[in-house]
Amino acid sequence: MSQLPVRSANFERYLTTRRSVTNGLVTFLAVGATVLVLIPLGAILFYLLYKGFSSLNLAFFTHVPAPVGEEGGGMANAIIGSGVILALASAMGIPFGIGAGVYLAEYGAGSKLAEAVRFTADVLNGVPSIVMGIAAYSLIVAHQHHFSGFAGSVALAIMMVPTVTRTTEEMLATVPSNVREAALGLGIPKWRTVISVSLRTASPGIITGCMLAFARVAGETAPLLFTALGNQFFGVNLNQPMAALPLQIYTYAISPYDEWHRLAWAGALVLIVMIMVSVTLVRIFASRGALKGGN
Amino acid sequence: MNEPTTLNSSPMYTTPTSMPEEPMPQAQIPKTFVAEMREAEPGDVPVATGPSVVRSFLMAKSSGRVADGAFGGLMLVCALSIFVIVLLIVFVLVNSSKLSIHAFGFKFFTKSVWDPVSGDFGALPFIYGTVVSSLLAVFMAVPLALAVSIFLLDVCPQVLRGPISFLTELLAAIPSVVYGLWGVFVLVPIIRDQVGPLLIKYLGWTGFFADPTFGVGMFTASVILAIMIFPVISSISRDVMRAVPNHQREAALALGATRWEMIRMSVLRNARIGIVGAVILGLGRALGETLAVTMVIGNHPDMLKNLLAPAYTLSSVIANEFTEATGDLYLSALIEIGLALFLVTIVVNAIARLLVWAVTRGNTARAH
Amino acid sequence: MGVDIKVESLNAWYGQTHTLKDVTLQIPANHATALIGPSGCGKSTFVRCLNRMHETNPIARAEGTVMMGDVDIYKDASPVEIRRRIGMVFQRPNPFPTMSIYDNVASGLKLNGFNKRRVLDEVVERSLKQAALWEEVKDDLKKKSGASLSGGQQQRLCIARALAVDPEVLLMDEPASALDPVSTAKIEDLIFKLKSQYTIVIVTHNMQQAARVAENTGFFLMGKLVEFAPTTKIFTNPSDKRTEDYITGRFG
Repeated sequence: MSQLPVRSANFERYLTTRRSVTNGLVTFLAVGATVLVLIPLGAILFYLLYKGFSSLNLAFFTHVPAPVGEEGGGMANAIIGSGVILALASAMGIPFGIGAGVYLAEYGAGSKLAEAVRFTADVLNGVPSIVMGIAAYSLIVAHQHHFSGFAGSVALAIMMVPTVTRTTEEMLATVPSNVREAALGLGIPKWRTVISVSLRTASPGIITGCMLAFARVAGETAPLLFTALGNQFFGVNLNQPMAALPLQIYTYAISPYDEWHRLAWAGALVLIVMIMVSVTLVRIFASRGALKGGN
Repeated sequence: MNEPTTLNSSPMYTTPTSMPEEPMPQAQIPKTFVAEMREAEPGDVPVATGPSVVRSFLMAKSSGRVADGAFGGLMLVCALSIFVIVLLIVFVLVNSSKLSIHAFGFKFFTKSVWDPVSGDFGALPFIYGTVVSSLLAVFMAVPLALAVSIFLLDVCPQVLRGPISFLTELLAAIPSVVYGLWGVFVLVPIIRDQVGPLLIKYLGWTGFFADPTFGVGMFTASVILAIMIFPVISSISRDVMRAVPNHQREAALALGATRWEMIRMSVLRNARIGIVGAVILGLGRALGETLAVTMVIGNHPDMLKNLLAPAYTLSSVIANEFTEATGDLYLSALIEIGLALFLVTIVVNAIARLLVWAVTRGNTARAH
Repeated sequence: MGVDIKVESLNAWYGQTHTLKDVTLQIPANHATALIGPSGCGKSTFVRCLNRMHETNPIARAEGTVMMGDVDIYKDASPVEIRRRIGMVFQRPNPFPTMSIYDNVASGLKLNGFNKRRVLDEVVERSLKQAALWEEVKDDLKKKSGASLSGGQQQRLCIARALAVDPEVLLMDEPASALDPVSTAKIEDLIFKLKSQYTIVIVTHNMQQAARVAENTGFFLMGKLVEFAPTTKIFTNPSDKRTEDYITGRFG
């Protein structure tokens, strides 16, 4: 008579223990990894505050950089310059992004063209930002024979389009189709339906997406390296080289002057605060927006 | 009268070929049907009398066909702009690289000489720097990203999930230049003074860690890159792992699996294609990262085994030397490097997206 | 005030599926006509062909003649124009979530460019009274959003919205199927009172409902119109055996 193989009680105990030890080990590693990853985050924020906060005074926001060797000075030109470049970039990039998103969600949904656009937008998102800078250089700076804030805005605008497109499309997809049907059933033309029903319902989410795109390009330096170039003086002429906050931080950080290092830390703190505020606002709006659009 | 339906013939509806022998029982139609009909009571509802203002306004209004066409066309133009952007980038890059391509041909990518003075350019050191730093970064980031994803999805108490995932995503919001700044003034001294000597002491026998250490170098750049690409890998892995249906998890638990075994059997196995996609996406990010790397890698076009020695990447050489480039050939060589970077990241990202799409496409919920 | 609808040889497809086969019937003006039949028989498709909503689906197609009064709705007018004259109430209430009650009711006018304030006020009040919703919302017209009402109220809001544009025909696609019995009774009451002013076509799963509100009833089966007759006849003495089987509950 054959017997079924039986494991000894000891072996059973060994297996069970080994499995629970492995389980415990993995849990420990998972927790450990999370802690490990949050350390750099804490360290960066800590150092920004520690090294940068003391340099934040009114002068920082209102003065332009002082000549090397002199104390004081600020980054007013960089902050204003960033503002101007970003404003123009948003004005150029956001409309195209929203338009493309509207097309994908309302007109071309499911078509091969829409799939190609979506895929291309996703891939474009992954292109290194320095390549955008080269492109803007070749397109604009090379022809105009001078650097300009405008070229910088173009490089940043190109970066905003794919991001805004995808978030707009995703937000419009959350508008339930029966709400669109209701509008069409009333004899409202399609263009009006898109604007007054679809876009209006999805607008919290779409605004969120635009803010995300804005926060992303606000910190970009590489595309500005050889387009806006940077400027030690105050200027809002987009046809001239312009200062920008991330660019100024970079220039100062790699310089040999302690005074400029100090300003770099302060500038980085300002930049981070701007971006963190946008990201947090986005998170708040996103959770509200998702509840608002549709049932 | 009773035509048999051709498509879905059902025994109920075919015409009987002969009369049934006994009469069919009378259908029982409830009397209540008829009894419930009543007469209309006029007068208790307001009437819109005559061809009203509203009706005449709407009848006179145009159908808006022109506006519809124009609006739709405008949206299409915006969508096509994405193609235009890509094509423009390709066109200008190729156009401006022509000089360098003609001068060096394919050898550009196998030569290791980078001599602006004599006009001889070869991109091999930069390719080495980019590839090694990116691979090292991925090597460091992937286990961390997977561990954190497992933590957030299965281990972490529900209450903490939101805040902790928010914090890990904050890492993605920090701009490259700020990472670089922190890297230069905080990480570089640590590596130069503490971590470097430790690595040399215990791992120097491998040949990967040797004196002298300046703090800047391949290793430091890889560490910073790892921190920067971690959020991407983690959040996409999490999406992919979340897309694994719950019944798979429950099946494993019902068999008596421990939590880790359940994750290994059900989640990781099912999500592995997507996780590979997430990793490749992270790799793509690392390949193109510019500022932070430039600030901590040392910017020497050397190809050394010593990870603590300075190196140079494709994006760094462009960032450092573009505005100083004297002469058309120099500039063209740099732009050709940019073109190479562009093509490589496009291919890597396309592969990654396809993998991620393949896994999550069926599972993203839309309100349609 | 309503207008009659004559349908001749209407065929409809969703992609390759032939959903309506050669339907011919006449819907009389100022009466309520019910369309009954089992799920998937094509009655919803039929009704959506009447206001050209069928073609909003890119793979949908329709052929045949539909005359609204003396206008061929496929040849003589655009879909947008037709939908302004034929109103529709859908199965699940779909008020515009970002608009107030007032704006919801007025949307058919405001979004078509009509802005005369005083007329809009009158139209909103009139429509809400017709939909028997006025008393319940008259104090919150601009404060509450359309989506904050209960299911039954939302559906009556949608009816008011459809009536605000003063259509000649009102199409209702199973308007009460998602509602509780009390709301259903209110809506049937509405239909009963409105049918003398509009031509109403109501698709329903509920045969008793058809019997309660409609003068004429059409029975659809698998894309074909099997029988169309006064409601009393359909329910007491149907001509077609299939109709009789459906009525008595042998299937469906």
